[in-house]
Amino acid sequence: MEVSMTVNGSARSADVEPRTLLVHHLREELELTGTNVGCDTSSCGACTVHIDGRSVKSCTMLAVQAEGAAITTIEGLADTARANGSSTGEMDWHPMQEAFQQCHALQCGYCTPGMVMAATSLLGEKPNPTETEVREGLEGNLCRCTGYHNIVKAVLSTTGGAS
Amino acid sequence: MIPAAFDYKVAESAEHAVQLLTEYGDESKLLAGGHSLIPMMKFRLATPTVLIDVGRLSDMRYIRRDGGQISIGAMTRHEQLENSDVLAEACPLLKHVASLVGDPSVRHRGTLGGTMAHADAASDLPAAVLALGGTIVATGPNGTREIAASEFFSGYFESVLAPDEMITEIKVPADTGGWSYQKFNRRAQDWAIVGVAVADGGSGISLVNMGSTPLRASATESALRGGAAAVDAALMAAEGTSPPEDHNADAEYRTHLAQALTARALAEAGAS
Repeated sequence: MEVSMTVNGSARSADVEPRTLLVHHLREELELTGTNVGCDTSSCGACTVHIDGRSVKSCTMLAVQAEGAAITTIEGLADTARANGSSTGEMDWHPMQEAFQQCHALQCGYCTPGMVMAATSLLGEKPNPTETEVREGLEGNLCRCTGYHNIVKAVLSTTGGAS
Repeated sequence: MIPAAFDYKVAESAEHAVQLLTEYGDESKLLAGGHSLIPMMKFRLATPTVLIDVGRLSDMRYIRRDGGQISIGAMTRHEQLENSDVLAEACPLLKHVASLVGDPSVRHRGTLGGTMAHADAASDLPAAVLALGGTIVATGPNGTREIAASEFFSGYFESVLAPDEMITEIKVPADTGGWSYQKFNRRAQDWAIVGVAVADGGSGISLVNMGSTPLRASATESALRGGAAAVDAALMAAEGTSPPEDHNADAEYRTHLAQALTARALAEAGAS
């Protein structure tokens, strides 16, 4: 069936099977492969995107449920930063992406897109979280490399907080 | 993993959803937030042939207080419960329990009506509604009926909801006094191995994951009514239950947890 949504600021329409998961629609139909599939059981958060500004696990949502929604993926986060002038780095990254680089908040990088999307959603709801709130706020995103400490440091560094 | 094929229908109102349920029968399922149903469909544990999407019925997302009662629309998301000023004042138990479901991304999608209908004995919110003595409002082809939470759950993932009925609202009493929720698990974002909800200073006590449905700790409740000390009454928390056994815990350990968590919950709720 026909489904229309706004993805990273562009209107996108496609004919999808109702059982198509949003993550597969994004990766395979729209070729936005920054969003990863990890556990595929809504535990790991590698597939996290924003729907109308809030983090959602795109492996646990049907593409047809996103009809009319505004979706941001990791690819669109940098555009957002460019558009609003909040980026300061050479590569025009979102401040959260810069913070992940600065704090060495990734090793293999597989969880990183989802982690960045969950972190930016968290700050949208709680602009000045405590370290505990950051840890609890990222509870739905698993990283098997870093032990989380540098991820938490990165998130706090964007708010002026320190861990 | 991809679910088995199905037809997808969008309900434009609760009445329309009921019409579609009547038309497609028990091979159809209502889709709300989808965070219980879609995983089950991906594992092919559920293979509905028609999905009726009620998740867009945004007029069913509300939390209202009317005197001594709070009415919550069935499509209200967990994050709305978690951030509700009405609940902060009139039913902090429900607000707190909602904040412990899954993780933030799950709470952005999951709905109170959906979790009640899913009727998982290991879920947090159904037990909280049960401890509060809440009511489930269901709409079917013959109109609306109210079902006490104590009568609602009938078995593993089963409720007394008819195949052509939809939950439209959940009601809980306001200002019920001392409360606590003790959730015991060993991993972040996991279900409770055992949980205990206490409402109304100990008059309502319910158990998570101690049987096929959320359960009231009736022996503890009646011991408290008879004047027993909270620590003694807590030892009766598992009476009459048949706790499940799994990789997390055997029945004996769950019995211990129910007693220990009930004692903690009663202390926090101010029962003596």
